[in-house]
Amino acid sequence: MILVVYAHPHHSRSIAQRALLDAVRDLPGVEIDALYDRYPDFDIDVEVEQARLARASLVVWQHPVYWYAPPALLKLWFEVVLTRGWAYGEGGTALRGKGCLWVASAGSPAADYTAEGLHGHGFDAFTPAVERTARLCGLDWQPPIVALGAHRDSAGLAERAAAYRTTLEAWTRTHE
Amino acid sequence: MNEGSLLHDAIVYLAAAVVCVPLAARLGLGSVIGYLAAGAVIGPWGLGLVEHAESAMHFAEFGVVLMLFLIGLELDPKRLIQMRGPVFAGGGLQMATCAAVLAAGLMGAGLSWQGAVAAGLAIAMSSTAIAIQTMTERNLLPTPLGRASFANLLFQDIAAIAVLALVPLLGTARPGGQPAWMQALTGVGAIAGVVLVGRFVLPPVMRLIARSEVREIFTAFALLLVIVIAEAMHLAGLSMGLGAFLAGVLLASSEYRHALEADIAPFKGLLLGLFFIAVGMSVDFGLAADQPGRLALMLGGLLVLKGAALALIAPAVGVEKRERWLFAGLLAQGGEFAFVVFAAARAADALPAEWDALLTGAVALSMATTPLLILAHDRLTARRAREQREADAIDGEGTEVIVAGFGRYGQIVTRLLLAHDVRVTVLDHSPEQIDLLRKFGYQVFYGDATRLDLLEAAGARKAKLLVVAIDDVADSLALVDLARAEFPVLRIVARARNVRHWLELQDRGVTAVERETFESSLRTGRSALEALGMDPYEAREFADAFRRRNLGVLRGLLPHFRDEAKTVALAKSGRQELEENLRRDREARRSEGGADGWH
Repeated sequence: MILVVYAHPHHSRSIAQRALLDAVRDLPGVEIDALYDRYPDFDIDVEVEQARLARASLVVWQHPVYWYAPPALLKLWFEVVLTRGWAYGEGGTALRGKGCLWVASAGSPAADYTAEGLHGHGFDAFTPAVERTARLCGLDWQPPIVALGAHRDSAGLAERAAAYRTTLEAWTRTHE
Repeated sequence: MNEGSLLHDAIVYLAAAVVCVPLAARLGLGSVIGYLAAGAVIGPWGLGLVEHAESAMHFAEFGVVLMLFLIGLELDPKRLIQMRGPVFAGGGLQMATCAAVLAAGLMGAGLSWQGAVAAGLAIAMSSTAIAIQTMTERNLLPTPLGRASFANLLFQDIAAIAVLALVPLLGTARPGGQPAWMQALTGVGAIAGVVLVGRFVLPPVMRLIARSEVREIFTAFALLLVIVIAEAMHLAGLSMGLGAFLAGVLLASSEYRHALEADIAPFKGLLLGLFFIAVGMSVDFGLAADQPGRLALMLGGLLVLKGAALALIAPAVGVEKRERWLFAGLLAQGGEFAFVVFAAARAADALPAEWDALLTGAVALSMATTPLLILAHDRLTARRAREQREADAIDGEGTEVIVAGFGRYGQIVTRLLLAHDVRVTVLDHSPEQIDLLRKFGYQVFYGDATRLDLLEAAGARKAKLLVVAIDDVADSLALVDLARAEFPVLRIVARARNVRHWLELQDRGVTAVERETFESSLRTGRSALEALGMDPYEAREFADAFRRRNLGVLRGLLPHFRDEAKTVALAKSGRQELEENLRRDREARRSEGGADGWH
């Protein structure tokens, strides 16, 4: 089972993230865990989330990047679900060996993510926090799917969405 | 009585009441003592301002009749039928026990057995007026104690008829008049008449009168109704109060119940006051001066014997053991009916005139002692409660939080606290609730949380927090005022029934106030928006914005809320502004849809 942990506070008004999610929604063996729909009051049910993760072979973290970080609820999800003794630390082996795919989008186009650009760094400068989180839990880090400025670039967005779908299909073929 | 003296008397009565009653209330003695004192002051043994003490008494007995009518209005027939056990079994036990003990005592004091039986039966009956007034003031009527007392009083009203029929048989004088079977037949006929009229005639008549929409005519009709029924019962040789009570019960399920209540209540209050004044006037201070020893002995004997008998039977009639002395205190006095029975016994030569005067004096004084007995009982229990608290403190069992009110609201709060191992003491005044909760192991105390002694006993001096979760707004505010005055360091968290209550609480400096339905209404609003297709998180944000703006409007009302008109105007404009702001928020959001942040 592929678990897509999806975090977007305003899904209905989103362009890029909605297109990405719609690209994989109908795939067999894919479960969408829409955090903002499930926990609008931020009262994450840790046991339920951990049980869901335990059943997955691939964990997808799909979210827009805003202020260089995941949305608040996904950050909270990291804090309360990925607990010591379960996800990391002594006896924390629940996620070991599972795959982890990061599906991120950013509002700025690729041109802003350069040393001279608006953000002063390439986009991969903002990856380590999420990647280290996955790796510390023993998750097998997959090449991320990143869509930059995609809400103003429909061709680029369609291409990223297709790549996302292909990646999940391939995972299902090889792992399930 | 000519017109001048009527007005003169009215001035004297009203002035005496206006002076004495607030004074007595201020001293914590209750209104009954105030009225009795007023009567003693203006009566023949006081300033002698009123000459017609007896006619005033006769007139004022109508206050008791109105009171029973109102009590009847609160009880529909179904509940009355449910009460038949406590009324007949409990009441019968009370009458028999008290009459036997009192008669034995009177015989011991040298009265003939016939006289002792008649007087014993007479004194076994309590004063409905005093007992009910006292219970109402202390909110005791809905408690098991109140119900048992009321059942006894009701039985006494019924039994009074039998007693009056019996007394002439004890005497040596043979009265003329109707034979007993004839009297019984008239009685049954009168009751049947009241039932039939109440059931079938009154509803259409009342509809007709209400339709005329002349308000005072409805009031006049209500009074007329009660007077006619009382008079009919009186003519049939029955208790006027019983007839009025019966009529009240029959009208309890009528749609005019509240209108009748509202119209009759002020008359009842005033006439009952007049009744107490009349009792105060009728106390024969001359006798007290002549034979103070004998009178005191009679009074003491009456209270001790009857009180002990009542305390003895209290558990059998459903009164909790620790409340049995309160029960005894409430019912130990002789009643207004005793005067009538004494008169009848004297007429039948069963009671010597000297005893009549003595016993009448003792009964009147016993009525005056009731509020004092209750007061003494309070002081004693309060002291006992305080002693208990000190014992608790020695055990180190300090309460951290007092929760007042343990309905659905207080329960959730308490469970949350208990789950966090907070030491909670709960106060509630619903006995059934408490019995249930005790079974579940909660530390719940029965009692009115607005009483200082109870709060102290619950540990308010050392507690950190008071949670006010009672549903009665007046009680809630009274409790907050009391806590603010007596325990200034005690923090308060409160439940508000509505906006007005919220404002009142905020105005008293209580900032942790939650309107009881507001949060759940917002939740339901969110569910509705979600059902219409809104994202759950967006619905939450919208509800959050609504809450914030709504609280802003309420805070804006705070400086003005005592000014009704201004509050209404402000609330209205505030509501419009709130909706306008929310609309603007929403538009702004819509236009930023798909913007770079949440692309």
